[in-house]
Amino acid sequence: MPPTPQSAGRRSGVTRDHGPWLAALIPALACLYVGVVILMPALAVVVQAFAKGIGVFLENLRSAELLSALRLTLIATAIAVPFNATFGLAAATAIARRRFRGKALLLSLIDLPFSISPVVVGLMLVLLYSPSNGLLAPLLESTGWKVLFSVPGIVLATIIVTFPFMAREVIPLLEEEGWDQEEAARTLGASDWQVFWKVTLPSVRWAALYGLILTTARALGEFGAVSVVSGNIRGQTQTLPLFVEDAYKQYNSEQAFGAALILAGVAVVSLLLKIAVERLIDRNRGGVKEGDD
Amino acid sequence: MTSVSPSRGRLAWPFDRRLSWPWTITWTYLGLVLLLPLAGLLIRAAGVGPRGFWEAATSPVALSSYAVSFGLAAAASLLNGVFGLLIAWALIRSRFPGQRLLDALIDLPFALPTAVAGLALSYVYSPEGWLGAPILKATGLKVSFTSLGVAVAMLFISLPFVVRMVEPVLRSLEREQEEASWCLGANSTQTFLRVVLPQLMPAILAGVAQGFSRAVGEYGSVVMISSNMPFRDLITPTLIVQYLEEYDIAAATVVGAVMLLFSLISLVVINALQVWGQRYQGRAS
Repeated sequence: MPPTPQSAGRRSGVTRDHGPWLAALIPALACLYVGVVILMPALAVVVQAFAKGIGVFLENLRSAELLSALRLTLIATAIAVPFNATFGLAAATAIARRRFRGKALLLSLIDLPFSISPVVVGLMLVLLYSPSNGLLAPLLESTGWKVLFSVPGIVLATIIVTFPFMAREVIPLLEEEGWDQEEAARTLGASDWQVFWKVTLPSVRWAALYGLILTTARALGEFGAVSVVSGNIRGQTQTLPLFVEDAYKQYNSEQAFGAALILAGVAVVSLLLKIAVERLIDRNRGGVKEGDD
Repeated sequence: MTSVSPSRGRLAWPFDRRLSWPWTITWTYLGLVLLLPLAGLLIRAAGVGPRGFWEAATSPVALSSYAVSFGLAAAASLLNGVFGLLIAWALIRSRFPGQRLLDALIDLPFALPTAVAGLALSYVYSPEGWLGAPILKATGLKVSFTSLGVAVAMLFISLPFVVRMVEPVLRSLEREQEEASWCLGANSTQTFLRVVLPQLMPAILAGVAQGFSRAVGEYGSVVMISSNMPFRDLITPTLIVQYLEEYDIAAATVVGAVMLLFSLISLVVINALQVWGQRYQGRAS
């Protein structure tokens, strides 16, 4: 039965009565849920880190084991991020804007580390590089390389877990843009290398920066894969996230929360940088559109 | 006889005839960093033999860990499906003070190292914690170091997925459709269920699937809030770590291979859901 205008009017009247009530309820519920699930634990890190005063917090930060863990985390990140950035840019220039057999499969392969459990990543490295029964044990023995329980293993685990970020951020942006500029540069006699540095890279710089931020943040905080391969020896092969867990297990919760606050601080900085870069990307897009009009 | 239209031509192979630098770097890197470790796991898993594989994959401890991991991850990601939609709605369809902060907070589970999340959650939900104490008093339930705690950690890490998947779709919905629905006499519940929700469904499901996949694989935050007791709150990734600590490499390999199989399946499902969503959006607009 088609509704008469009157009944429709009455119904929309009902909607209007419910409107403000529902309009206030939805944000309130959303804030409550996020407050309990996310904000409360985040605040707990800050409060617990300073629970015994700033003096104790600063004292904890001077612990030799914490500093060595921080150093190892920074070293692993400093090696993993440039490698992953190089791969991400190379993969993006190779894959984006081209159609070829198995493109979807290759993209899924690059995404795979996001869906594999970090523990399985660590397990795969153990199966390859274990000095006693790893598949590559003969190679390790003849060359004297040490991968597990040392820096190379930690770096490798970090690389595997974080390598998709860069490619994933840059590929969609390159797909959106055409070949025109690159072709123009080639016609004018630029080499592949020049085209990459002067045309392709500048056009994706914000997406690349975004990918770099995500890679770095994740590399600094990686836990599962690193915990399997590192051996977790205090002061030697313990990264900062591993230190947090270890201190907590030893009932040294001030040290655990102190180290956690450093990592949380880095996470918040990375979030702020991310928001800033998102704004820049939006503004650039807006600018391009206005120019096109 | 030209069945292939000349404009399309034949698809190229995923490398150049003269192997260019980008392709060389891509394949070398993927080979060393991803394919070699994957091959290692598959070779070792094949070496166990079908009978041994089946026994290790379906041992009582392993089965109970699958139940904990998959069951709680499903519960957490479904709950986040409901609240994720609610949060996305609040972010896109209303204006209220603190909206920007809410938006920024959603990304925190992506940015915060899992060990930090685990530490914070196990404190907040411990019997002396901010939320653990009132919950214990009111209901007599302990959260930290029980399977309830595992669910809370999974809730935390899988929260952003649905919100971030639904937001762009919700933003692109045309309000005219809803107005048309109202004009035709539908009330707001009918409009939501029949006009809005079907269009959001692919994004919601893709977000739930991503959150589920992430929660199943999660280790850092769960291991700190769980008591890691077999048959109670032991998740599958922790079981793999325990097998490795006991030098039971074969069992670790088998359970790891099961997890890998799950990751591959979830990747296919998530991709399919996203393709479905794009098709739906394409038809809608």
